Amino acid sequence: MDKPSYNYDIVRGFVNWSILWGVVAVLVGILIAFQMVLPQLNFPPLFTYGRLRPLHTNAGLFGWGLGSFFAAFYYITQRLTRQRVWSDRLARFQLWWFNATIIAAAVTLVLGYNTSKEYHELEWPLDIMVVVLWVIFAVNIVMTVVKRREEQLYVSLWFILGSLVGVAVLYVVNAAEVPVSLFKSYSAYAGTNDANVQWWYGHNAVAMVLTLPPLAVFYYFLPKTTGAPLYSHRLSIVSFWSLVFMYLWTGAHHLLWTPVPDWVQTLAMGFSIMLIAPSWGSVINGYLTMNGQWHQMRTNYLVKFLILGITFYGLQTLQGPSQAVRTFSAFIHYTEWVPGHVHMGTMGWVSMVMFASIYYMLPHLYGRRVYSVPLANLHFWLVLLGQLGYSVSLWIAGVQQATMWHAMNPDGSLHYSFMESVLAMYPYWWVRAFAGVVYLAGVLVFVYNIAMTVRRGEPVAEAV
Amino acid sequence: MWERRPIIFLLLATAAILVGTIVTMVLPFAWVNTEKDRIEAVAPYDALQLAGRDVYIREGCNNCHTQTVRPLVAEVIRYGPYSKSGEFRYDRPHLWGSRRTGPDLARIGGKYPDSWHYHHLEDPRSMVPGSNMPAYQFLETRTVDPAFTRKKMDVLGFPYTDEEIAALDGKTEMDALVAYLQKLGADIGWREHAQVQVIGELVNPYAPDPDVLSEGARLYADNCAQCHGVALDGDLGPELTGARDIGEAELYRDLWNGIPDGGMPSFSTLGQKKIWKIVTFLMSQEP
Ligand code: HEC
Ligand code: HEC
Ligand code: HEM
Ligand code: HEM
Repeated sequence: MDKPSYNYDIVRGFVNWSILWGVVAVLVGILIAFQMVLPQLNFPPLFTYGRLRPLHTNAGLFGWGLGSFFAAFYYITQRLTRQRVWSDRLARFQLWWFNATIIAAAVTLVLGYNTSKEYHELEWPLDIMVVVLWVIFAVNIVMTVVKRREEQLYVSLWFILGSLVGVAVLYVVNAAEVPVSLFKSYSAYAGTNDANVQWWYGHNAVAMVLTLPPLAVFYYFLPKTTGAPLYSHRLSIVSFWSLVFMYLWTGAHHLLWTPVPDWVQTLAMGFSIMLIAPSWGSVINGYLTMNGQWHQMRTNYLVKFLILGITFYGLQTLQGPSQAVRTFSAFIHYTEWVPGHVHMGTMGWVSMVMFASIYYMLPHLYGRRVYSVPLANLHFWLVLLGQLGYSVSLWIAGVQQATMWHAMNPDGSLHYSFMESVLAMYPYWWVRAFAGVVYLAGVLVFVYNIAMTVRRGEPVAEAV
Repeated sequence: MWERRPIIFLLLATAAILVGTIVTMVLPFAWVNTEKDRIEAVAPYDALQLAGRDVYIREGCNNCHTQTVRPLVAEVIRYGPYSKSGEFRYDRPHLWGSRRTGPDLARIGGKYPDSWHYHHLEDPRSMVPGSNMPAYQFLETRTVDPAFTRKKMDVLGFPYTDEEIAALDGKTEMDALVAYLQKLGADIGWREHAQVQVIGELVNPYAPDPDVLSEGARLYADNCAQCHGVALDGDLGPELTGARDIGEAELYRDLWNGIPDGGMPSFSTLGQKKIWKIVTFLMSQEP
């Protein structure tokens, strides 16, 4: 078998930059977490909570999330097609365009140029930058796949291609806006329609950015690290098609009890519950792939990251559908519970899987063994602890907050003022902020380990 | 077979995505913002309010505040009547939000006098101790751009007059933001409709014993001191040292209903017991 020469340069580039943006996201996350308890940490006009929170979410989802997916996708696609990436120059250009977009995003968000739509805050000139970025990327991946030297398309490629079209459709439709000036525009949709379009986008950003891509990565790296083949190819295919079909019906579960037509809410609720099946299809596929390999949970740190990651995905896809039930939504919607849910997905599922994929790729990218496995283990425990501290404290907080909001006196008046519920949140907010610091410590161990791998890692005998 | 054809695969995936999209995202346009959900009383934003709305967006207030009241008992009591679709037809973009770190603002209009908002936005903790809302004093040093605002009104197709635009001259962003807040949820005039006549004789169930008085003092500090002063000596509201002259029944009515035209909020959400305790506390004060 002839070994094509792969473009690892681009993978290295995306790995490095995505980690940098990840550190920024976590730092800003910690800053806004401390602003919640110490409001004097707001430095107006540029650095107030209202402007920094979108910076945090964008840096996290797009800088770290998408950036690391780009890295993994370039790696996986080349390996699975046994074909060098279609255009090296386009890929290089994409890396710099990506960084330029993230920097422009950070600057404009801090300056207050935003559309207010969650996960779509960027103003219209930046929307155009994002679209260009996506088109370049899509063309390069699709052309590589078209020119592949391997007939079969492994399931990871399906998930990658699926997210390519998914993101494209979502982003463009939700971006429809009328510019007033270079950095100000108004949505093309009004009121309830705008809300419904936004959450059709918002929830499917979860699908197309935080679900399909990490699943593509998971499906590729789990068999690679364990050495055991994927339990069932068929199951993964069924999961894929039902995921991409069903996700799009569920956006209105973010809008339960609002003026959005009832039938739209009911459909969203029904499909959210049905989503458990395809989601758990992937979880079970992962667990069964581990059949006979469970001892690797002790011996192989990569397996720990991946299995914990898919477990958090499993929990996330049980918790999510329950939040989509009207009665439960009435209780936890708008409360601290929701950031608890979000960060189990982002800090747990997405980040865990991406950490594993980067560790796995390092020896291939730099020809050196990972510098220190004990440090990788330390990284694992710190991020796990940080994430659990974050989510668990906020779930408890959310339940208490909701109880206080709804508590009534026998004479039909409210038992607590809003401010009493705010004051009750402070202890939890403190725990969350310190849990974030623990998570950051884990991430810094990761960065150190990578830097040392590049400089001092033991060379790998032959090129892999 | 087709699982080996990437282009066909892409088309199929797109088709799969479009089904749910069309049903749950495109179809609802036939229900929303139609004649059926129109509310006559709801008017577009005037120029100052629109400028304020854009300050609200720029500062990301929506990261902590929602703007939809759900049809749930406690929520309607806390914030006012639940939100209807027709109230949002001029909202581009919508600002419903997803987190309530601070309270819902869909019906904040008319709840407080303007002066309260100025003080609160300059320094939230001076009005509400323990609040974690950022301070927005700098909005007072920035002015609204009339020409740009005119352009915005044109793009949105909102009616305006030249005088209205001229009047923007010299207005600060703070003025604009407060004007916007005062419009929120106020078009439907619910505060006037929510006024209840307290009928029958009002009899204070509490005697001025130390427990009741200390509870009353605490409630006063939490709810009233921001406007009437910690020592009842008056600030945004009149001094209350001589409140006992008003009489128990009248005090109860003032607290329950508020004095909407004078900028005194209604405290009916506190419930009868707490209001009586505050009244008992006020009655115990020596002028
Ligand atoms: C960090 C979150 C946060 C941000 C950002 C924020 N607020 Fe608040 N806001 C709060 C909290 C908490 C309260 C309740 C305590 C208080 O009244 O200060 C509040 C209260 C309010 C109230 C009083 C509501 C009532 O019913 O008493 C108004 C009005 C308000 N905020 C407006 C704004 C505006 C306008 C902005 C943007 C310029 C903003 N807030 C930004 C957290 C926030
Ligand atoms: C947002 C500021 C604000 C808050 C909070 C507030 N008030 Fe007032 N209050 C006013 C204003 C303004 C007036 C004057 C209204 C008028 O007479 O036109 C007033 C009037 C009154 C009056 C009538 C005074 C008179 O001389 O006729 C009483 C009594 C009163 N308030 C009691 C209270 C109590 C008790 C609380 C706490 C539960 C409270 N207020 C909270 C602003 C406030
Ligand atoms: C079957 C799968 C899932 C369902 C049905 C689901 C459902 C929900 C629901 C109902 C909410 C709204 C909560 C509220 O505001 O009341 C929500 C919020 C959210 N979920 Fe999930 N979830 C699922 C999986 C995931 C996964 C895997 C992630 C990955 C990280 C994720 C990330 C988020 C995010 C970021 C939000 C916050 C949105 C916001 O309000 O800004 N979800 N989810
Ligand atoms: C140390 C780690 C982190 C800390 C301390 C942190 C902190 C925060 C805080 C304080 C908020 C605002 C919550 C609120 O509205 O009350 C938030 C929201 C959010 N963060 Fe993080 N974060 C961290 C890591 C991450 C990472 C790694 C990602 C993405 C990959 C991420 C994605 C998000 C998202 C999507 C939201 C919006 C949630 C919502 O709408 O409910 N965060 N984060």
